[in-house]
Amino acid sequence: MTEQPSLFDILGPIMIGPSSSHTAGASRIGYVARQLLHDEPKKAIITLYNSFAKTHKGHGTDKAIIGGILGFGPDDERIRQSPELAKKAGLEWEFKFVGDFVRFHSNTARIKLFAKNGGTVEVVGASLGGGRIKIQEIEGFPVDFNAQTHTVVIIADDVPGSIQHISGAIAQRQVNIANMFVSRMENIANMVIELDQALDDDTLKEIKNFSWVKFVRLVEPMLEGSSRYEK
Amino acid sequence: MEFSLLSDIVEYCKREKKDMAQAMVDYEMRNKHLTREQVYDGLMRVLLVMEDSVDQGLTQQVISPSGMLNNWAKQVYNAPIETLGASLKKATARAIAVGEVNACMGKIAAAPTAGSAGIMPAVLVTMMEEHKIPRERILDALLVSSAIGLIFAKNSSFAGSEAGCMGETGSAAAMAAASITYLLGGNEEQILEAVGFALKASMGLVCDPVGGLVEEPCTTRNAVGVANAFVSSQMALAGIQSLIPADEVIFATKEVGDLMSPKLKESAQGGLANTKTGREIQKKIFKTVE
Repeated sequence: MTEQPSLFDILGPIMIGPSSSHTAGASRIGYVARQLLHDEPKKAIITLYNSFAKTHKGHGTDKAIIGGILGFGPDDERIRQSPELAKKAGLEWEFKFVGDFVRFHSNTARIKLFAKNGGTVEVVGASLGGGRIKIQEIEGFPVDFNAQTHTVVIIADDVPGSIQHISGAIAQRQVNIANMFVSRMENIANMVIELDQALDDDTLKEIKNFSWVKFVRLVEPMLEGSSRYEK
Repeated sequence: MEFSLLSDIVEYCKREKKDMAQAMVDYEMRNKHLTREQVYDGLMRVLLVMEDSVDQGLTQQVISPSGMLNNWAKQVYNAPIETLGASLKKATARAIAVGEVNACMGKIAAAPTAGSAGIMPAVLVTMMEEHKIPRERILDALLVSSAIGLIFAKNSSFAGSEAGCMGETGSAAAMAAASITYLLGGNEEQILEAVGFALKASMGLVCDPVGGLVEEPCTTRNAVGVANAFVSSQMALAGIQSLIPADEVIFATKEVGDLMSPKLKESAQGGLANTKTGREIQKKIFKTVE
């Protein structure tokens, strides 16, 4: 049986208006970018595509994405003041607009974040409606996940046995892997692992300590309503 | 646990000797591995956000960034002339209140969408006030509305880009009509009749937002959706039948949505968005907002 929708998909999400796709989904893409940076961001370069580019102002898409980058959830009323709050937090931002880009979904954002300590990350995400999103690119790697469950993103040298080592480290903690996607570019592999439960810092450190691993991040779910509960 | 049709839910109610609200509690508990308490906690959070959004729109300054919406809810709430008594006037004001709060980046509960978020709160707050219904019972009415939304989402669509405003304020009015009918003691058949009436009245309603913003005509359509819900429920509770069963009406909304031109489905290219005045407003908004 395919997964049935929750009644909180119908009565919800609880969100800052005016649009679940242009506002709630946009803030979630920003929040995923923040989690992937895993540090205080000092600068953001945000490219809005298609419908996002054309109607962002009227829908507050810009405020929603900046709010997400600041760590505000889609129901956080601070989203309305996010540009002022960003200035206070020392976050600079710049928006670029691409009106027609057929390869991308109609509501797509590319976010490049620069951390105070020098790290960077670049993410492309699409807002699908109802506050749901799809992350489709991280650091140039094609990915496909919805950030509705605990998700580990790993970039590593493509050495033999790497998948086994990583899944072994996760299995040791009795955490179930729900889905795993692997993509490769030249000799680098990108893994996106969706988990039934959160993963503790020690396991993340253990994975990071493999000499061939370059990047490990945990993205936590944050949609109001159905997925707010621990299963 | 899966429901594909409204008639599946009614059948479940008869078999299990439960009402539609309890059928939905079973559905959510089983599919999402939640306790009864967690389901009701979640519903209470939704209801509190709904009530707050009504209050905010009626008490605070709400002028949308585009300027198209400007404290209309308070204006209606305080209007000296009442077409049909204070209840309808206040219900109308409440729906507009949520629409204004939504447009001003306030907090709302999508029900089922952000653009149609005014109908359920307006109806539920009005039912609490007019019929002295306690909050606990309102949570059950939310459950009943979710049953209608669940089947509508499966067999038609909430998306303005797929089913026009019929999918948004139309489905919300049907959900609200079901809630009213349930709260006033209607049985499962009457709840479905109310759904049928509400959807038939919304059949083919286009999504033609001026400037592509969730403001005009969305906000006033929410208000009219409230009237639709009360009228549809009134007919069902009196025992008249919709002739076309609600499940078939939902399939018809899907067919009609598919037949509608993309210009009439959220793209702001047809209908009111494409009128001379609509175009002028669009130009002005995007100049001033930028």
